[in-house]
Amino acid sequence: MRIKCPLCGDRDQREFTYMGHETYLDRPADEGWSPAWDTYLHLRDNPAGVTRDLWYHGAGCTSWLLVERDTTTHDILRVDLARDAKRGRG
Amino acid sequence: MRYSGWQVLKQGLTGNRGWKPAWRDPAPKAEYDVVIIGGGGHGLATAYYLAKEHGLTNIAVLEKGYLGGGNVGRNTTIVRANYGLPGNSEFYSHSLKLWEGLEQDLNYNVMHSQRGILNLFHSDGQRDAYARRGNAMVNQGDDAILMDREACRRMVPYLDYDQTRFPVFGGLYHPRGGTARHDAVAWGYARGADSRGVDLIQKCEVTGIDVENGKVIGVQTSRGAIRAKKVAMCAAGRSGQVAAMAGMRLPIESTVLQAFVTEGLKPVIDTVVTYGMGHFYISQSDKGGLVFGGDIDFYASYAARGNLHAAEHVLEAGMTLMPMIGKAKMLRSWGGIMDMSSDGSPIIDKTHIDGLYVNAGWCYGGFKATPASGHCYAHLIATDRPHEAATRHRLDRFNTGFVMDEEAKGSQHNLH
Repeated sequence: MRIKCPLCGDRDQREFTYMGHETYLDRPADEGWSPAWDTYLHLRDNPAGVTRDLWYHGAGCTSWLLVERDTTTHDILRVDLARDAKRGRG
Repeated sequence: MRYSGWQVLKQGLTGNRGWKPAWRDPAPKAEYDVVIIGGGGHGLATAYYLAKEHGLTNIAVLEKGYLGGGNVGRNTTIVRANYGLPGNSEFYSHSLKLWEGLEQDLNYNVMHSQRGILNLFHSDGQRDAYARRGNAMVNQGDDAILMDREACRRMVPYLDYDQTRFPVFGGLYHPRGGTARHDAVAWGYARGADSRGVDLIQKCEVTGIDVENGKVIGVQTSRGAIRAKKVAMCAAGRSGQVAAMAGMRLPIESTVLQAFVTEGLKPVIDTVVTYGMGHFYISQSDKGGLVFGGDIDFYASYAARGNLHAAEHVLEAGMTLMPMIGKAKMLRSWGGIMDMSSDGSPIIDKTHIDGLYVNAGWCYGGFKATPASGHCYAHLIATDRPHEAATRHRLDRFNTGFVMDEEAKGSQHNLH
């Protein structure tokens, strides 16, 4: 699998570390423990098909990336900087 | 037909014309007391124990493919009870005891071979951790022997003991651990369940779970609607999709785990060996192939085939530990879909929907759990109370904080 980093270009997957589903972009505002934290940390749609998840380009530009890909085929459909995606969400 | 040496002799002398199919191929009925979604090892075991222990026989096991065509047919066949945490410890101990009587119970040769498992350690800190784990195993009533380097050398002389990075300090030996023939486990349970009246329905994909007023009333399938008083989800890597039919999200992310087999060789590895510094485990099948594996691919996937980085990692670890395997030709590799829970431990529980049960989150360790998973799940379904060996396998433990994080990594999806 190869991932096209917006800053570094087409790179081998070994340079990246998987963090998890894009759920991680929506960190709960609650200070203490609440069901929102359980949802954020644990519960997943776990889709078979197109998903979006966070990858860290540790052996490259050290950016956090939001990668859209197909979990059934290894196809990478789109890669954005997570920073930009997060801004887009307000 | 009861299988025996006498039958083999008799059938052999009469041209082997008397063997019958080991189970029926029934059409689904309109209604069952219990419908089990998933005809893998755990689903078949659940049906078997429901029939045998709880007298429930109006049961259907619905399988979208063929029986045992999922992870029970594609794993590294290791059976062990070497867990340390309360919850897991008693559960896998229960499972190993069931394994030890399984062939007589099922009247089926599952080729359970207690050839022992040697978990190697490579530092003083790891020795302490394994000593602690061994004590936990002994306290649970299972067996564990802490061996030094020379004792390991006598048992498995072919390791590279003098490697400079991760020299072998010793190992924790679990004599009752071993392997079993994975397909035979599914087939044995299928035959046992079928002979007690359970309908095993293949090529029947569940497409919906019907819920009315907070209570499950049946399922929609590719072969029509089936009413059911109770519905038991048991879909391993596909648990996420099955749960979604009931509007549920599970603390599970599915990933790929690869495994590898070499060409058949003469007997060379007579136990199971695991490498403490590389997550590599190896045994030799009865056909002679070296069967080995390592880490998952570490990202969400249903691709059922892995990526090169994980294969490289496994093979490098293997070559570091036992350079002799480099002489064997690798015959094939494959990837199975693992239902990874966020704390690395399984779930056997009721759900918020009355009559709907969940069995999932087996990560990469579901095979050894097959008997206890079925046994405890059947107990839960029949009595609505957890079996005493599975009281901590709760669905709500992630929210309440009672996680079972065996590897002490944190309850986070990408860490297990």
